[in-house]
Amino acid sequence: MEKATMVPEDTAPVKLEKGLKRYLTIYAALCRNSVMRDMQFKVNFLLWLVVEILWFGLQITFVSVIYSHTDRIGSWSRYEVIFLIGASNFIEQLFHAIFLNNVTQLSEHIRTGRLDFMLLLPVNSRFLVSLRTMDLGSYVSTLAAISVMVYAGLKLDLEPTLVHFIGFGLMSVCGIMIHYSLMLILASISFWTIKAEGFAWGYYNLFNVARLPDAAFKGGFKAFFTFAIPMLLVANVPTKFFTDKLQSPMEIIWLIVMAGVCLLASEAMWRFAMKHYTSASS
Amino acid sequence: MTRRWKSWIKYGHVINVGIQNTLAYRMNFLFRAVFTLIPLLANILLWKTIFSDKTAGETVGAYNLSEMVSYYLLILIVSSMTAVNEDDWQIAADIRNGVISQFLLKPMDYLTFRLSLFLANRLIYVLVAAIPVGLFLLWQKQYWSGPANLDALALSIFSLILTGLLQFLMSFTMALLAFWVLEVATFIFILYAFEYIAGGHLFPIDLLPNWLETILYWTPFPYLLSFPVLIYLGRVEGQEMWNGLIVQFVWLILAFVAARFVWNRGIKSYTAVGG
Repeated sequence: MEKATMVPEDTAPVKLEKGLKRYLTIYAALCRNSVMRDMQFKVNFLLWLVVEILWFGLQITFVSVIYSHTDRIGSWSRYEVIFLIGASNFIEQLFHAIFLNNVTQLSEHIRTGRLDFMLLLPVNSRFLVSLRTMDLGSYVSTLAAISVMVYAGLKLDLEPTLVHFIGFGLMSVCGIMIHYSLMLILASISFWTIKAEGFAWGYYNLFNVARLPDAAFKGGFKAFFTFAIPMLLVANVPTKFFTDKLQSPMEIIWLIVMAGVCLLASEAMWRFAMKHYTSASS
Repeated sequence: MTRRWKSWIKYGHVINVGIQNTLAYRMNFLFRAVFTLIPLLANILLWKTIFSDKTAGETVGAYNLSEMVSYYLLILIVSSMTAVNEDDWQIAADIRNGVISQFLLKPMDYLTFRLSLFLANRLIYVLVAAIPVGLFLLWQKQYWSGPANLDALALSIFSLILTGLLQFLMSFTMALLAFWVLEVATFIFILYAFEYIAGGHLFPIDLLPNWLETILYWTPFPYLLSFPVLIYLGRVEGQEMWNGLIVQFVWLILAFVAARFVWNRGIKSYTAVGG
């Protein structure tokens, strides 16, 4: 039973294509479900959008206050930092839309025993745990992030080429993967301690680091948040690429490498946790 | 007289039980306390970089580097002691799940019951957070500023107590909205967002333009977090400080009245589904 669910790693191309198609169909159904549920609570949905936009406005206020007292943070000018805030929000919101709610609910699934039920379904368990619900509101919130980036880009007189857009998109994917992998690692801790909501909550604090320009940091802090918990790569590298601020291509390579490392680490953690999982009840 | 004494003992038991329940979350608290230090450290480092680009002795809105760092360290202490963390979600859940029904039967006041749990919760949090926060404060001790004077110290402690009570009462009232709406999270987050910026969590509000700062002192937000810190550092003093304390006190009374009012209205519209 358990073996049969591991089909997606099959090498035969036909099987792979079939598997992919099947998973896409499942994901489409899950998304449809999520949208239908969101639409039952329309008022709440709209209020939530207000919260997101408010939150975003607050971050920009912070930047404005800082820049009303200084001209530069390291090598970063005001609108470069605003672009960075837009980019980090863009990446965060996509992460929210696709993964966040699912991963934070893991401890709840374990506590209530719903995870056992999910493990019995004939699909890859990590797929189901990670992608069961989709958050439509967060997709809508990315529009606010995009408008902030456009505004900052106009102020900076950027003339982006197609390469800039494609590169920014691909690097954002790396950023989302980093957020997702780290969050899954944290959430997996709830396999061992039941009261683990705090762990997932803790991750919100890390977003705050991703929003800040890397030039503000040096020494141990910078090294830690680049190579151990790569928060300073997630949004900084795409922003620097898009605004032609990159000092060396190594920064892009580090982003890709760290995204890969985080993904592998989270997969190892997930497999380890699954191996040692013994249901919550009985 | 004896009856009043008995009721104190009753809530004493609640605090005791609250402490024991909260102890189960100690690792969670430790983790939370450590994670809270990360954005704080990031902010401090950010200001250090900004100050390093300025000539020595130059200030940002009348803050020099050590005053700025002290500000953030004090905010950390105040928020550890006064911030509501799970209480509002629990209250909303109590209402949704019908747990609240038993308080309509018991000779126990739900607000006082919740306040006792809040005190127990804060007590344990402060004890647990004392380790990481203490180490952090020691590490940054070269930037530490003492209180402006003894009066400032005493009054900042007084204001700190008001801050804790105001935090609790405002969250309590917000959570009671669960009587009418299914999801209170949105409202709680809106309040939290305002507190984050207008309360002085992200930066001292006296960095804002003067007119905006003046308006903010009429809102409850500075009194939810940074006002005791500003007194301690001597950044509000004299008449301005006394006015602030009065406004803080008035907000506290208003919050109490609102909490009672909303509770009474909520109870009237409450139907315990499924008994």
